[in-house]
Amino acid sequence: MHKSLRVNPFLLRSLEKFIDKGNFLVYLYKNENLPQTGSIVGASVIRSSRGQRMKPFSYFSPRTPREAIDLLVTHGPGAKIWAGGTDLLVEMKEGILAPEYVIDLKDIPALNQIKLENQYLKIGALATVHEVEIHPSVREYAGMLAQAASLLGSLQIRNKGTIGGNLCHASPAADLASPLLALDGRVRMSGKNGERTEHLENFFVGPGITTLKPDEILTEIQVPIPPPGSAGFYLKFSPRKAMDLALVGVAAFITLNRASQICTRARIALGAMAPTPIRVKKAERILEGKRIQQERLREVSDLAAEESRPISDIRGSAWYRKEVVKILVEQGIMQTLDQINQKPGVNQP
Amino acid sequence: MKHQIHLQVNGEPYDLLVEPRHTLLKVLRDDLGLTGTKKGCDTGDCGACTVLMNGKPINSCLALAMEANGKEITTIEGLAGGDDLHPLQEAFIQAGAIQCGYCTPGMILTAKALLDENSAPSEEEVKRALSGNLCRCTGYVKIVQAIQAAARIINSSRTNQS
Repeated sequence: MHKSLRVNPFLLRSLEKFIDKGNFLVYLYKNENLPQTGSIVGASVIRSSRGQRMKPFSYFSPRTPREAIDLLVTHGPGAKIWAGGTDLLVEMKEGILAPEYVIDLKDIPALNQIKLENQYLKIGALATVHEVEIHPSVREYAGMLAQAASLLGSLQIRNKGTIGGNLCHASPAADLASPLLALDGRVRMSGKNGERTEHLENFFVGPGITTLKPDEILTEIQVPIPPPGSAGFYLKFSPRKAMDLALVGVAAFITLNRASQICTRARIALGAMAPTPIRVKKAERILEGKRIQQERLREVSDLAAEESRPISDIRGSAWYRKEVVKILVEQGIMQTLDQINQKPGVNQP
Repeated sequence: MKHQIHLQVNGEPYDLLVEPRHTLLKVLRDDLGLTGTKKGCDTGDCGACTVLMNGKPINSCLALAMEANGKEITTIEGLAGGDDLHPLQEAFIQAGAIQCGYCTPGMILTAKALLDENSAPSEEEVKRALSGNLCRCTGYVKIVQAIQAAARIINSSRTNQS
C-alpha cells in the first residue's frame, strides 16, 4: 500500500535516498530544478510487501480449552492466541507481531455459546461480533451491547471478529468494552491452575495490556441481568459513519426505582478517553440516590470530562475529545432515561 | 509445515496443502486460480476480497486458509449458473453499476448475503451492509440502485413460481 505525499513524477528521477524503516521504506526526493538544490521537496512512504514479510508459524486448532492452555504452556512466549484474527493478522502482516505458534480457538465448540444462566447473560469469548449484534437474549438484556456491536467495523469484520478478541486486544477505543463496563460485566478466564472470574473493570491495564496471564485464555463474558427500570445507551462518535474507530465512545446505564423515580444505579463508561476504557465514578455518584434532574446533567458531563485522560492523536486532540465527551455524556443519559420511560415494566438496558 | 485442509469452493470439494501463513485470498487466487476475488488494501478495510464463508461475507485477506477448513466458500465465480448470470450481476450491468470493476465482485457478494437475509432492503439498509466495501471510482449511487433492482427481480420471480 502506498502512503505517499504528492510527488511530481519527474522527481522520481532525482531520488535523493531511501531509508529502510523496517516495515516502511521512506523515499526522499529533491528537485534539482529549484534554486534550493539539495533540499528535500518530497517524500513517499511505501509499506514493504507485507505478505512476504509475514514469518512462517506453526498452526494449531485445539478442540478443548484444556488443549489450548497446554499448547500455551508448552510453547511459551512464542505462542499467540487466535480468535477472529482481524487485528492480529494485520499486525502480523505489518511485522509488528511475529508469533511462532498460532493457537486458533475457533474450533472449540464450548467457547461460542450465548446463553442465560443463573441471572447472568453468558457470552462465549469466541462469539462473533455479528452474533452478539443479533442474538435475541443480548438484545433483550444487554441492548446497548448489541447496539455497540452493530457499530463496529464492517459486516465482514463483524462476521469474523469476536467479542473476546475485542476485549483482549484491549484497545482504549474498543466498541464492546465500554458498554460491558457500564453493564458491570465480568470476564471468566481459564489457565493451567484452573478458572477465575474478574470484573471487567479490573481486566484492562493499558493499551493492549490486560490481566490475562501467559497461560490463560478468556473463555466467557458475563453480564448480570439488570433489574426492572433499567436501560442503557451507547453513543459512538467518529468522523465517518461506518468503518471507523471511535474518537469517543460513551456508554450510559441507569436503573430507576419505579415508584420514587430515584436513580439506584448509574454507570458511565468511556472509550478512547484514557489508556484503557474507563468508568467515571465521580460523575456516576452525582446521579445515584436521587431523582435525576436535567439541569444537573451539565455537572455530570463536566465531571466525566475531568476524570478522563485522553491523548491527542490523528483522530482528534485531547481538548476536542473532552469537549465531545461533555456533550455525549449528557445525550447518553437523556437517551437512557427516554428508554426507561418508553418501556415501563420491561428491564431493557 | 504445510497442512491439509478440506473445503468446498463454489460447490466443488477441494483437498489442499496450505502453508499456515497463507491467507484464504492468496490460496483462492494463486492455488485455485480464482482471480475474481480481488486483493485491495490487504488489511480488511476495502472489501475487494470479500467472499462468503458458510454464506456470510468475510474479508478473505483477513482469514488464514486454515480457517476455511471444513467450510463452504462462495466466490464471484460461483454465482452465475453456466451462462446465466445471477440477478445481481444482471442488475449491475443494467444499472451501469460498474466503473473500473475492481470492487464489483466484493460488492456483489456482500449484496448477495444481504438479500439472502433481507429480501427487500431499504436504501439505508443497503448502504449499511455495504459500508465495508469501498468503490474507488465512488460510483455508489448506481450500486445501491442495482441491488434494490435485483431484490425486486428476485422477489418477483419467487412470487411467479409460487
